[in-house]
Amino acid sequence: MPGPPVTTSTGMKVRVVTLKINEHDIGARETDSILDVAQANHIRIPSLCFLEGLSTWGACRLCVVEIEGYPRPVSACSTTVSEGMVITTHSDRLKRYRRTILELLFAERNHVCSVCVSNGHCELQDLAAECGMDHVRVPYRNQPYAVDSTHEMYRVDHNRCVLCTRCVRVCDEIEGAHTWDVMGRGIECQVITDMNQPWGDSSSCTSCGKCVQVCPTGALVKKGTAAGEMEKHDEFLPYLAQMRGNR
Amino acid sequence: MGRTIKIDPVSRIEGHAHITLHLDDDGNVEDAKFHLTQFRGFEKFCEGRPFPEMPALTARTCGICPVSHLVASSKACDHLLSVTIPPTGANLRRLMNLAQLMQSHALSFFHLSSADLLLGMDSNPKSRNIFGLLAVDPQLAKDGIRLRQIGQTIIEILGGKKIHPGWMVPGGVSAPITEEKRAEMLAMLPEGLEIAQRTFESFKGLIGKFSEEIEHFGNFPTLYLSLIKPNGGLEHYDGFFRIKDDSGAIVEDMVPLEEYERVIGEAVEPYSYMKFPYYLPAGYPEGIYRVGPLARLNNCDFCGTKLADAALDEFRALQHGRPVSSSFHFHFARLVEIIFALERMKELLDNPHILDTRVRARARGNSDEGIGVAEAPRGTLIHHYKIDDDGLITWANLIIATGHNNLAMNRGIKQAAEHFVDGNNMQEGMLNRVEAVIRCYDPCLSCASHAFGQMPLRIELQDSRGKVLDQLLREVSL
Repeated sequence: MPGPPVTTSTGMKVRVVTLKINEHDIGARETDSILDVAQANHIRIPSLCFLEGLSTWGACRLCVVEIEGYPRPVSACSTTVSEGMVITTHSDRLKRYRRTILELLFAERNHVCSVCVSNGHCELQDLAAECGMDHVRVPYRNQPYAVDSTHEMYRVDHNRCVLCTRCVRVCDEIEGAHTWDVMGRGIECQVITDMNQPWGDSSSCTSCGKCVQVCPTGALVKKGTAAGEMEKHDEFLPYLAQMRGNR
Repeated sequence: MGRTIKIDPVSRIEGHAHITLHLDDDGNVEDAKFHLTQFRGFEKFCEGRPFPEMPALTARTCGICPVSHLVASSKACDHLLSVTIPPTGANLRRLMNLAQLMQSHALSFFHLSSADLLLGMDSNPKSRNIFGLLAVDPQLAKDGIRLRQIGQTIIEILGGKKIHPGWMVPGGVSAPITEEKRAEMLAMLPEGLEIAQRTFESFKGLIGKFSEEIEHFGNFPTLYLSLIKPNGGLEHYDGFFRIKDDSGAIVEDMVPLEEYERVIGEAVEPYSYMKFPYYLPAGYPEGIYRVGPLARLNNCDFCGTKLADAALDEFRALQHGRPVSSSFHFHFARLVEIIFALERMKELLDNPHILDTRVRARARGNSDEGIGVAEAPRGTLIHHYKIDDDGLITWANLIIATGHNNLAMNRGIKQAAEHFVDGNNMQEGMLNRVEAVIRCYDPCLSCASHAFGQMPLRIELQDSRGKVLDQLLREVSL
């Protein structure tokens, strides 16, 4: 049974539950996600679309975990903990799933790391290394996408985009401009600025650059960067989100 | 009935190619062709990419000479930025380019060609490689490996990686060097120079055994094209074009690099993926010229360093002061350039300004068109880009060093085949000599595929309808 409600620093009353992650007994607030709890307890679960300070999207499925009694894996970022949960984060099946997801991401667009401006500073690349994705078993789609370099300071290379929508969420939830959105389905799906206009023509973009900093790959970058030179810094986000009252 | 001999693949070169020898009814060589059989397409798939990516993107053409592409591409991007890069940035680029020149020349001479020279053109093909060399002359083999290691290590110290460093960027280099790095590089140079001089002396002792090869390994009059300093000195990074003819007369001099299209034309032939550049005013194929170490030493008035200038005097004496015309002497010229590279690197590193921290100029694309030219180990390398208003590549043309020598390589194998190959009594050593002509030019046909010894060599005699009449097989030796 969950314990009695406790009052958080923001005045909210929540209950504390106990659960197991990888056979470790853990206590957590019942409103927390599995990913939150794992991170707080230094248990690494690979994730891509999740970013602290932004709303949860649950699209990439890399953070899938197994819960005893559940018929299929669930995403750790979008599933809240409950009393008595028994969670496994790294079974053979989950490792296989994660590798496969990454292979599909790499096969869908052009993620040739060696010539990418984000080479060495890329979350997708790091995940591939972490999850042991050393080759891709499905055919590459080789679908070409145009590079939009019309913005004065930044560039979007859809060939490197994984559709995590971090840019869409940060622009909407933190900057409040909602310049970015998503258009199309399947292989035609891509992020767009305003009404699918060139980024340089966007009237809503404030050129704040938050989208560039939260982008996990070399899709959104500063212009003028050569291969391997684009380093992202998203440490600002949790503080900014807190200052804005998580609105 | 005419017959064709196919040497496929050509071994101990960088990349993939084959040679066909066409014989007449009497078994005499009628014609010879060098076929580049791989297709890359870099000029096309670079279109649409942001120009600052071009140095790293085009460097992926090759794992042996990525630095050469970094240099030429970065210079083309400097041109697009319309900036003059800081002097220390330029000198650091020169440093890496010389380290690249040295390691590549060492690879060509020691790993790929010295087996022919030391073990003999007719020696057992199974052991005619660097491992066979290790058994017969371990010191020479170790010297070659060490010399290449020194060049590669300097590249790594500067750019973080031995192969495909990303440090050279539009506007200069991405980071200055520290005193510790400078000391580390300087410490390796004396040993390198000792090896280079030792090898040079021992090579000169071997030349006498190869008078027949010297006479028939691509020994004919051509023009010579290379970069040159404004004062006529040997140049690998900047300067101007100079073209000399076989008599030593200067045909073109102090041609600005941006005007390369005034002197160089490009032709194509249906039998090869490699283009055929030629001296434009002379027409095709009469405008045949050679590039690379042989051309650079034939063209320059001096090297500019003590030991290299002494070695240059000995090079000049090979043909009594006239331009040296035998392609066999590419080997000689390569060794002179290794000595020069080691001396020049020391000069650059001894200059205290090499530690200056201003190494990069920053700007946006300020020009629609950029041309970058540098001397790669194998010859003059040209990158030419056009961009749109947003800095995306709309057109690219790369004239690769090996391509310049294409006409000469074809003529060279024909000359060697005519002299050495007897179609009625085919011996492996004959065909190895034809391959060895190609190795003199050290062609880099793509990214580095050091598959020497791993690829079997098949030579077929076919009739005019393609029926195999006879064949020789070289088995896998590793």
